[in-house]
Amino acid sequence: MSTTVLEGKNIVRDYHIGGGLFTGPRTVHAVKGVSFKVDKGKTLAIVGESGCGKSTLARIITLIDPATSGDLFIDGNKVDIARNPLTKEMRRKVQIVFQNPYGSLNPRQKIGDVLGEPLLINTDKPAAERRDLAMKMLKKVGLGHEHYNRYPHMFSGGQRQRIAIARALMLNPSLLVLDEPVSALDLSVQAQVLNLLADLQDEFQLTYVFISHDLSVVRYIADDVMVMYFGEAVEYGSRDEVFADPKHSYTRTLFAATPRADVASIKARLAKKKAA
Amino acid sequence: MSLLEIKNLTVSFDTAAGPFMAVQGIDLSVEPREVLAIVGESGSGKSVAMLAVMGLLPNTATVKADRMAFDGVDLLKLSPSERRKIVGKDISMIFQEPVASLNPCFNVGFQIEEVLRFHMGMDRAQRRARAIELMKLVGIADPEERLGSFPHQMSGGQCQRVMIAIAIACNPKLLIADEPTTALDVTIQKQILDLLVSLQAKYGMGLIMITHNMGVVAETADRVIVQYKGRKMEEADVLSLFESPKSNYTRALLSALPENAVGDRLPTVSDMLFEPAPPAGNKAAAGAA
Repeated sequence: MSTTVLEGKNIVRDYHIGGGLFTGPRTVHAVKGVSFKVDKGKTLAIVGESGCGKSTLARIITLIDPATSGDLFIDGNKVDIARNPLTKEMRRKVQIVFQNPYGSLNPRQKIGDVLGEPLLINTDKPAAERRDLAMKMLKKVGLGHEHYNRYPHMFSGGQRQRIAIARALMLNPSLLVLDEPVSALDLSVQAQVLNLLADLQDEFQLTYVFISHDLSVVRYIADDVMVMYFGEAVEYGSRDEVFADPKHSYTRTLFAATPRADVASIKARLAKKKAA
Repeated sequence: MSLLEIKNLTVSFDTAAGPFMAVQGIDLSVEPREVLAIVGESGSGKSVAMLAVMGLLPNTATVKADRMAFDGVDLLKLSPSERRKIVGKDISMIFQEPVASLNPCFNVGFQIEEVLRFHMGMDRAQRRARAIELMKLVGIADPEERLGSFPHQMSGGQCQRVMIAIAIACNPKLLIADEPTTALDVTIQKQILDLLVSLQAKYGMGLIMITHNMGVVAETADRVIVQYKGRKMEEADVLSLFESPKSNYTRALLSALPENAVGDRLPTVSDMLFEPAPPAGNKAAAGAA
C-alpha cells in the first residue's frame, strides 16, 4: 500500500499590504483554498503562469511561510509552523531547489561547504564525516571529487543546478520541492537534469512537488497535475486525465499556447502562411 | 539581393588563457521578408554572431569576415558614426531580458521617442503621435497613459512589447530577436511570438530569431540554422529540418525534447554525440541497480 507523504487541505495564504500615505491597506489572496495529496515516490506537478500563487504554495509546503488557514500534513503529521516552532526533524524531511541556480548559491562559499552546511546546522556529525557525505553526494549528482574545492562561478548553469539538487538531498529528505528547476536551462542540459531527477527519485524513493510552466516537461515527469489560476486550483487529476481531457478553459488556453514541434503542425502553419 | 549576407564570420575574444573562438567561420544570409531561426545551446555563439553584425561587442572581441553586407552596404568598411546610422534604424535588435534592457531611470515614452529623435529627426508632436501609434501596434492598452510608465511598473510581457515598439520604431528592414521569450511564461510567449510574426508579415521585415527552444523554431521560422560550439551544423528549411534532420547534433537536439521521450529516459545530446561514454546522470541509476 502506498503511503501519503504530503497532504494539504484547503490551504489559504493571504498577504496584507500595509497602506502608504495615500493608499489604504489591502489584502492579496495569493492562494485560495487548495487541496492536494501526494503518495510516496510520486510526482505532483503544479502548473500556472507567474503570479498564480504556485511559488507561494511551494513556500508553504517547504515550511518557509505558514499558511493563513488550512491544514498541512507531512508523513501523516500535522504541521503548523505559525504555532509550533519547526523541529530539525521536520526541516530535514522537506527540502527545496530554486529556479535560478545563479542566484541560489553563495558566490563566496566553496561547493564542499555548500553541501556540508545543512549537516552542520541540522546534525552533530563531525567534520570528517560531513566531508565524506558531501563527496558521495557530488558523485551521485554526476560531479567529481575535484569539484569539492571550487566556487559556484566556476560552474555552468546545469552543473550549478546539480549542486543545488545535491544540497537539497544532503539531509535525506522524503519530500523535495522543485520550483522551476529546469526553466533557466538549455534544452540539452534540461534533459540531463530531468534524467538525474528521475534517477534520484528511483534510488531514494523521493516524493517530488514539481513546479513549472512548461507543459512538455510536466507531461514527461509528473504523475499528477494541478493547474493553478489566480490562486485557485482549476484542474487537478492524474497526468493522463488532464492531458487527454482538459476541463477548465484556462488549461485549454495553456495547451494551445505551448509551441508544438511536430511536423504536422509546421505543415499546417506553412500552409496557412501561404494562403495569407 | 540578400538583405544580410555574411561569409566566413569569425569572432574571437582575448582572454587570459589566449584567444577564445566564439564563432568559427559562419556563413549566413537573410532574404527580405524571411524568418530565419538560429538555434543552439548556450555557448554556441549564436548571440555573439548577431552582436557582431550590430557592432555591439566589447573591444576585447576581434571580428573577421570575408564579407558582411547589409542591403548591399559593406558593414566592415563603415566608420563607427556611419554604422550608428544603420544600427537601430535599419537593423534593430530585441534582447532576452526585457526588464533589464530598458533604462529604469526614464519612462518608456522617453525611450521610444529617443530613437525617433535620433534617427528620424521628428519634432516633439510627431514623436509623441508616433510613440502612441507604436504602443497601439504592439498591443499595449491605454497608450497615452502608459507612455508615462516606468519599466518597473510594467510586467515582463509588457516590457518586451515596449522593446519591440522601440525596435520597430524606424521601420527597420531587419529585426534581430535574441531569445525574445525565454524569460516569459508560455501564454505570454505565445502572444509575443504572434506579435513578432504578424509585424514581420505586415511590414515585410527580415526577422532573425535566436533561440534554444525548438518549439519556438517550429512556430515561427521559414529557414533554420543549427549552431554548435561556434560552428554551423546544419542549415535547412524548417519542414525538412524537423522531418529529416541531417546532422547528428540536430537529431540529438530534437530527441531531447520532453515530448519525444521514449520510455522513462530522455536522450540527452551527449548520449547521441559520444555514444560509448555513459551520460553523467546515469551514475545514480547504476548505483541503484
